[in-house]
Amino acid sequence: MAKRSLLKRLGISGGTFVVAVPYIWLLLFFAVPFIIVLKISFSDIDLAIPPYKPLIESAGNHLIAIKLNFNNYFFLFTDSLYFSAFLNSIKVAFISTVLCLLVGYPMAYGIARSAPATRNILLLLVVLPFWTSLLLRVYAWIGLLKANGVINNVLQWMGLIDEPLPMLYTQFAMYIGIVYSYLPFMILPLYSNLEKMNWQLLEAAQDLGCRPWQSFYKITLPLSRNGILAGSMLVFIPAVGEFVIPALLGGPNALMIGRILWDEFFSNRAWPVASAVAILLLIVLVPFMMWYQSVQARESAGDGR
Amino acid sequence: MSIPATVPLKPAPWKDPSARPYVQLERLTKKFGDFTAVDDISLKIYQGEIFCLLGASGCGKTTLLRMLGGFETPTSGKILIDGEDMAGVPPYQRPVNMMFQSYAIFPHMNVEQNVAFGLKQDGVSKAQIKERVATMLDLVKMGDFARRKPHQLSGGQRQRVALARSLVKRPKLLLLDEPLGALDKKLREHTQFELISLQEKLGVTFVVVTHDQEEAMTLASRIGVMNHGEIVQTGTPSEIYEFPSTKFVADFIGSVNMFEGKLVEDEPNYVRIQSDELGSTIFVNHGISSPPQAVVWAAIRPEKIFMSIARPEGTDNIVQGAVQDIAYLGDLSIFLVKLPTGKVVRVTRPNTSRHSEEITWDQQVYLNWDSTSPVVVTR
Ligand SMILES: Nc1ncnc2c1ncn2[C@@H]1O[C@H](COP(=O)(O)OP(=O)(O)OP(=O)(O)O)[C@@H](O)[C@H]1O
Ligand SMILES: [Mg+2]
Repeated sequence: MAKRSLLKRLGISGGTFVVAVPYIWLLLFFAVPFIIVLKISFSDIDLAIPPYKPLIESAGNHLIAIKLNFNNYFFLFTDSLYFSAFLNSIKVAFISTVLCLLVGYPMAYGIARSAPATRNILLLLVVLPFWTSLLLRVYAWIGLLKANGVINNVLQWMGLIDEPLPMLYTQFAMYIGIVYSYLPFMILPLYSNLEKMNWQLLEAAQDLGCRPWQSFYKITLPLSRNGILAGSMLVFIPAVGEFVIPALLGGPNALMIGRILWDEFFSNRAWPVASAVAILLLIVLVPFMMWYQSVQARESAGDGR
Repeated sequence: MSIPATVPLKPAPWKDPSARPYVQLERLTKKFGDFTAVDDISLKIYQGEIFCLLGASGCGKTTLLRMLGGFETPTSGKILIDGEDMAGVPPYQRPVNMMFQSYAIFPHMNVEQNVAFGLKQDGVSKAQIKERVATMLDLVKMGDFARRKPHQLSGGQRQRVALARSLVKRPKLLLLDEPLGALDKKLREHTQFELISLQEKLGVTFVVVTHDQEEAMTLASRIGVMNHGEIVQTGTPSEIYEFPSTKFVADFIGSVNMFEGKLVEDEPNYVRIQSDELGSTIFVNHGISSPPQAVVWAAIRPEKIFMSIARPEGTDNIVQGAVQDIAYLGDLSIFLVKLPTGKVVRVTRPNTSRHSEEITWDQQVYLNWDSTSPVVVTR
């Protein structure tokens, strides 16, 4: 008598099962929290625990009333603070992405072109920072950048400056922090793209008359577009909502949407407004993700390198 | 196997000591670690030649070509192109184009853009580019695929794109690494003749790598046979075929029957070789320079051995054997004849008439050959 597995008896094939697990995971830990946040964003603020009114109320006679409250969203548009914070976040994320790309591309390129044995060591060095907490690493930067920190002390000792340079709590410090923290997210996808590169194509380009930089511009760069996109998205999307680094390294007026969210949530206990900010942030970022997805899909369909 | 129809009126440049070579290699060596891929090659290639490098896989053909193209730095030795030392000259400044063995087609460009790439780089006008690309694509029969991306092409089509891309710039020197390997026989022959006519029209000098000896025979003005990083013989296709200088060359070009033997008579105008393998002596009507009693090899081409049921006239160069196998190839048949010594001799016979003399399996036959036919090599 052949025993059939439980799954088989339930009519679930192995393939379905494999696909189902991550979907259930996503449902539990992404969709459900998202729906909760969405729900709160449509609620009224209340001085209670939790600090919002329920969305669904009994209206007597076995009827229920759903009161969708768009006020939280309208509110975001009336106060220009939110708009400029959004704009500023996107600006900071964009500049950080460009900086990460400028620093990360040569690094990824160098790793991809190095000998296989050194390659693994170099990759290890790239991911090494992940072994300590982000917070610690940001604090380390404070130690480096502050007025009597390592950098200022060294510069003064060398006699290059008389007064310590004001570096901490500036835009400069914030960008250093963001670029430093997100750099691996740029390097790794770029590396995995460049590593698959057929370097003979560069020889062919040189053979046809290209100087090395021309062959880079005409061959390597377009062929690594996917890696550039992937890395940029991995840096840009989380950087828009970044909170910790601007708060610790940036100036007091580093108005980022993540900071606003934090303030609304913890300081003002305005959960509905905070939720509306979060939802709006998502709406802003979704087009970027969709665009990235479509490019990825198109590229992997063609271009069998 | 045909030989290019162009019969030079002047003496061939390689026979003319005053002729100036277009490409000159002087004691060129390339080592990868302690492995020698190209071993002390000296070679002169003249303007307008189609020089074929022929050799087994891994013998260093690509490495030699890559040094000419500027993609590998020689370990020692010199490369002169048009009299100019190429040391330190980068690929983009050499008057050379190379077709890569792996094609190296740009995957993000379509066929047309790939072929136009080099012309654009040279700043050729748009109208000219368009015309030259179209002509070249027609030549390799890829005109209908101009807008395709490389991943939408078959292997042979990609090879043709790579060929077109290297030809379109009309460089002084073209290096083709296995340019026709992936093409079917008909297309290959067509392209071979296109290459020859292109060479005649433009006067381009070609260095073509191939391991297809028939292709080398068709294309080449001269062939360089390579083995383990060395060039073992250079010569015209017929020289290489008729007068191989070593056992390796004789064996590599075409098929050959090789008989080991000892020189028993060594006169200025003839030699006699005693071969135990053959179970008889071989009489050769020209002298060779070798010490008496030396071990030598006599190479006899299968088409130069005659086969008959009746014993032919004469005393020399006749052996008897039994037909072991017959392969019918249409225009000719191959017979494998087993000698009493156990040695199997390969004989080809054209199927001209529907043979007067029907020879079948297990038949006892006589083999004989002209005393001019054997080539005696000493190594
Ligand atoms: N970059 C390299 N490093 C080490 N060894 C190499 C390198 N390139 C080639 N070789 C070795 O040099 C030898 C000659 O290689 P090459 O590519 O020139 O052969 P080939 O004659 O073109 O062969 P094929 O007909 O298979 O293309 C081979 O044994 C190869 O393994
Ligand atoms: Mg090769």
